[in-house]
Amino acid sequence: MSAASDVIIVGGGLMGSSAALFLRGHGLSVTLLETDLIGRQASGTNFGNVRRQGRPIHQLPLANRAIAIWRQSRELLGADVEYLQSGHIRVCYRERPELVGSMEDYAAKAREEGLELELLSGNALRDKFPFFGPDVLAGSYSATDGHANPRLAAPAFARAAARLGAAIHENTKIVDAQKVGEDFIVTAADGRTFRAPILLVTAGAWGNALSSQFGEPVPITPKGPNMSVTEPVPYGILPAVGVMTPIEEETVYFRQVARGNIVLGGSTRGPSFPDQYRAYVEPQNTLSQLKQIRRLAPSLGKLNIIRVWSGIEGYMPDSQPVMGPSATTSGLYYAFGFSGSGFQIGPGVGETMAEIIAKGATDIPIEPYRIERFATPT
Amino acid sequence: MAEPRIIIVGAGPAGTRAAEACVQAGVRPIVLDEGRRDGGQIYRRQPDNFTRPYAKLYGSEAGRAQALHETFDTLKGAVDYRPETLVWNISGGQVWTASQTYADTLPFDALLLCTGATDRLMPVKGWQFAGSYSLGGSQVALKSQAVSIGHKVVFMGSGPLLYLVASQYVEAGANVVAVLDTAPYSARIKALPDLLAVPSVLWNGVALTIKLKRAGVAVHNGIKPLEIKGDADRGVSGVRFRTRAGVEQEIACDAVAMGHHLRPETQLADLARCAFAFDPGTRQWLPERDGDGRSSVAGVYLAGDGAKILGARSAEASGRLAALAALGDLGLPVDKGEMTSLRGDVGTYAKFARGLAKAFPWPSEQASQLPDDTILCRCEGVTAGDLRGVMRETGAKEANRAKAFSRVGMGRCQGRYCGLAAAELIAAEADIPVEQVGRLRGQAPVKPLTIAIGDDQ
Amino acid sequence: MNRFVRLGETDRPAVTVHVDGAPVEALEGDTLMVALLSQGGVLRQSEFGPEKRAGFCLMGACQDCWVWTESGDRLRACSTVAATGQRILTSQPEASWPNHA
Repeated sequence: MSAASDVIIVGGGLMGSSAALFLRGHGLSVTLLETDLIGRQASGTNFGNVRRQGRPIHQLPLANRAIAIWRQSRELLGADVEYLQSGHIRVCYRERPELVGSMEDYAAKAREEGLELELLSGNALRDKFPFFGPDVLAGSYSATDGHANPRLAAPAFARAAARLGAAIHENTKIVDAQKVGEDFIVTAADGRTFRAPILLVTAGAWGNALSSQFGEPVPITPKGPNMSVTEPVPYGILPAVGVMTPIEEETVYFRQVARGNIVLGGSTRGPSFPDQYRAYVEPQNTLSQLKQIRRLAPSLGKLNIIRVWSGIEGYMPDSQPVMGPSATTSGLYYAFGFSGSGFQIGPGVGETMAEIIAKGATDIPIEPYRIERFATPT
Repeated sequence: MAEPRIIIVGAGPAGTRAAEACVQAGVRPIVLDEGRRDGGQIYRRQPDNFTRPYAKLYGSEAGRAQALHETFDTLKGAVDYRPETLVWNISGGQVWTASQTYADTLPFDALLLCTGATDRLMPVKGWQFAGSYSLGGSQVALKSQAVSIGHKVVFMGSGPLLYLVASQYVEAGANVVAVLDTAPYSARIKALPDLLAVPSVLWNGVALTIKLKRAGVAVHNGIKPLEIKGDADRGVSGVRFRTRAGVEQEIACDAVAMGHHLRPETQLADLARCAFAFDPGTRQWLPERDGDGRSSVAGVYLAGDGAKILGARSAEASGRLAALAALGDLGLPVDKGEMTSLRGDVGTYAKFARGLAKAFPWPSEQASQLPDDTILCRCEGVTAGDLRGVMRETGAKEANRAKAFSRVGMGRCQGRYCGLAAAELIAAEADIPVEQVGRLRGQAPVKPLTIAIGDDQ
Repeated sequence: MNRFVRLGETDRPAVTVHVDGAPVEALEGDTLMVALLSQGGVLRQSEFGPEKRAGFCLMGACQDCWVWTESGDRLRACSTVAATGQRILTSQPEASWPNHA
């Protein structure tokens, strides 16, 4: 027998969990299927940046929608996901003065989308944030961005969805999905089947396995974030900090949680293995990250890291997600492949997908994310 | 063929005997050890300028300790010995080391993990107060620094170390006010058939109890710890416990040495991606290995208490055996007869270790009885009540999940001292077998790593 | 009030360590932990509770005995040898980090 509902969501990360919550808000019945436990991979192991600045300008409406949800997350979820609107700074180094111009251009365009950014010279930046090293040339400060705890966020959305009646099945690995007549039949590894007229795939790095079953393979690459955390130190760094640079190894970022630990992220990403459900932190990536952190904020060099981690993320070649309706199959929708940048927009993605599914349309521009962009020309 | 690259992690009983076997086979191994001196913890060496004789430091084990140290001393020219060196990660057939800010990467053909053990702890309300120490720590204080952890010391917990360290304290002139053993005396009687596998060690244990009682130390069996009393600024001021007869008692003291036998340091085996299995006898997850010490990962070998708690004598045998297995696997000639004999020794010690586990059972039931306001995770200050609340709110009942939501095991020690008790508490609350709770995954760095690592290179 | 009690090996040359600015007499071969706790009762303040801490495992595993130098370096007191000239702090130097934004 199949368990029937209006919508089946495959993939219990932040996208799937928030979509489940907002679909319940539209009155649709929802079944959320997760291979393991909610929010354990990309959604639970990322840096936790709730940042709009630096995103493509076309993504800011989605990011603005998301920030509204983050701001009311405590009331919406009935749980504290440690969201702090404590600012975000993006800096560039002396070696790349041309990036100051890029920051100015970006700030002008972002302002039109409602995101105010303050540009600061290196010295002004060091006055305000004395932890920056001498290599820092300039920075762009967003007072209304911040950070949250990824370990807590997706599970809190899923619990809120469950309280509103969503059926959530963890430890449910999906091995097959087909459209039979008007319904999708989704089959789990243990033989259980689920049936619904609408299927939303929010399966992250595993998204291609499902889209391929509907004739829409996509070139997704699994990788893993390179994360570390320090011992707790007195809370003194309010904003999240990141480096703007074309060099992957230089792209480090850090934030201090209110308890005192400083979370470090970025530099070279590691490998991840969706089939084995494992991701590893390569030791050389830890070392390169720490080296870059010393350059960005030399005073952090005195601290110890006490833990590193990674998870399974799905990266698209253009770093933009697959988000929107299927091009081959009616009733089928996608939201995966967020390429290491999905955390902030996650709740906005969930709300937008719920809107598309429930109402058939949205004002949020999703054109850049259409799956057709990967279709082989015929 | 080039000389095989063999790396031994740990210079205790297992690592020393492994290194000796390598040198005898004509191989110069790299020996990496966190300590300033060889010997490991149980045969820990005092600083150079200390003068106490072996008999005073190691009692009945003095001969073994001296032989081990002398072996290592003679090996020094023949091994690449790197003390004060932390192996913080293993990946791609290489170990990643840190010594202060100096980073190194060492490739290996065979890796012998002889990582030793730390104390197994059951939290007690108040164990966060200054003056609470692990039993092993209290022994280190005496052995390697000639100090007592306090003016009035209570030993509380169970396991062979409880009596050994208490009597060493008495002998050294410390003021031991009580030995409080959670194990009932009847457990030791039941364990006798297994303990007789190594009669001399059994009799040593009996002699210790007699010595303590003669010295006027109060010895209670079958007690239940209730609280370590104390003050946030001044630390420990006493212990409160229930006697076997059910009477509550309080003893004034300024130090408590606590622990329930030992647990293996398995983080490096985990980072080397060795498979683990649940061991019902000790209720611990242990890295899998064959009878010679081969792990599930080719080229990675496990020996000594770092693989399973079988004691120092067994560690010497299993360290040598694992090294012979590695040498043989690398195509070097090894004495098959000696390996057979070492397997026999390891088996004998395994029987004795089973006896110890029965004689001094891990009081797993105490975890579920911890009051809500008991600190469970000392690093993060997470209470038993916090963990219970998280379980109620989120339904978490898997070790890593509970850690992610509650921060139990997320601190500097990476769950070494709270992980086993937290798993028991979760199992009891969720009414599932403790093996279903799973185990905390090992995460690099094995110990805190400075961000300045590699800065001057 | 001292926490640790010396039971022997006292015939060693003295070293002087400064702890929070004040000189502390110790003996050559002492760990920092023994140097501090032979004269005082605690090593540091717990980050998440009201209580002071004085270490726990003495074998570099529990990470409860970290102290700081005046220049901000971290030292694990149980595995660091005390030496004349060391200037130790028992509270985190980052406590004085500016808290702007």
